[in-house]
Amino acid sequence: MKASAFSYHKPISLEDALSLLESEEEVKILAGGQSLMPMLNMRFVQPEAVIDVNEIEELATISFNDNVEIGALTRQKTLGTHSIIKQHLPIMQEALKWVGHFQTQSRGTIGGSLCHLDPASELPMIALLYDAELEVASKSATRIIPMKEWALAYMMPSIAPEELLTKILIKPWGMPYGYGFQEFARRHGDFAIAAVGCLLKLQDGVISEIAISIGGVEDVPRRFIECEDVLRGSKYDIEEVKKQIIGPLDQINYIDDSLVTGSYRQKLLKGLLVRSIEQAASRANSL
Amino acid sequence: MTEVTLTVNGKKYTQNVFDHVLLSDFIREKLKLTGTHIGCDTSQCGACVIHLDGKSIKSCTMLAVQADGCDVLTIEGLADGDVLHPMQRAFHENHGLQCGFCTPGMIMSAIELIKGKPDITEQEIRQGLEGNLCRCTGYQNIVKSIQEAAKNENNLTNR
Repeated sequence: MKASAFSYHKPISLEDALSLLESEEEVKILAGGQSLMPMLNMRFVQPEAVIDVNEIEELATISFNDNVEIGALTRQKTLGTHSIIKQHLPIMQEALKWVGHFQTQSRGTIGGSLCHLDPASELPMIALLYDAELEVASKSATRIIPMKEWALAYMMPSIAPEELLTKILIKPWGMPYGYGFQEFARRHGDFAIAAVGCLLKLQDGVISEIAISIGGVEDVPRRFIECEDVLRGSKYDIEEVKKQIIGPLDQINYIDDSLVTGSYRQKLLKGLLVRSIEQAASRANSL
Repeated sequence: MTEVTLTVNGKKYTQNVFDHVLLSDFIREKLKLTGTHIGCDTSQCGACVIHLDGKSIKSCTMLAVQADGCDVLTIEGLADGDVLHPMQRAFHENHGLQCGFCTPGMIMSAIELIKGKPDITEQEIRQGLEGNLCRCTGYQNIVKSIQEAAKNENNLTNR
């Protein structure tokens, strides 16, 4: 099957894009297109208009100024190699290894991943870990949405039809801290059945600060606050951690789908969670 | 309909296309360059991989109108007359194909995969081919072909 007919617009400035978003009905914004184009081809979506933002160069920048500021149109391939990301957000580069293939990373963008909001996508998990702030613009206003308020429901970000995601602001943690990212998919590059990201600070052997995000297991990727609360302030001992996480793992509403059962996901998540915490702790210790 | 002008394999084309036409379909049906194959239309199989401004992409995930002003390289643009591109020659000499359906995408991907990586390992090649499916499962010789092309490129660079 092929995409149904739509009207195509290619604005070259943010202002033009926002005007189009205001005037057009039933719009889809086309960034890297690595999820949208297949969905158009399968006619899961049949928009009246497609607004292609690929020519808006001001949306494709990376800079550092207290925050790492990433333009929404920044390609995954750029993030995977950029020195600012390497220095301040190495976990993002680790997570990107799981995102699609190198051909899809040539096109795919961070803003596209965040707005598509697949439950199994890695970049929203990284944004969640750092409590990123998302800058969205409309013709009349610009506002900041905290990452924890971004996901409203399955594949539904809290962005209005006339708004465009323009920038992702991420404040890196102060050093020293460790990070870990673990995922399982049926094939590398396929959707995650379960994935975990972890940031962790150790002080005299005690977990002084911790952030955990989970993907692929519920309708939306999210922070695993229940688990963070249990681990924060306790002495780091991986055998103890394995016991401490049991309660929080029972509180998740695991997806039961055609791939695997919910109880399989729970077992998988447990293993990945332990590994990501171990990985983060060993990195924290080696600093 | 929108008018697009793009360079494909060094030749400039100006054509009118419907906005919703995929770049892969445009290349095959409008330009009659049928070396670029279409397997899945959902960015998974890699049969439609081409180079857009020097980077390998899946041409089923782009609209033809998006390629306006771009430089496209397809499998037909690799050989210089009867002289095969080194990657094509490596596939030829190592029997890197069975039915041949995935071959154009494999070759276009492999060229970017080994670029700047003369010492690429077998493992890296296997991982790098994740985005290209061979339904004959003839991966052994495909990997061998790419290894040889990488080795040859290494020799050329060192000479």
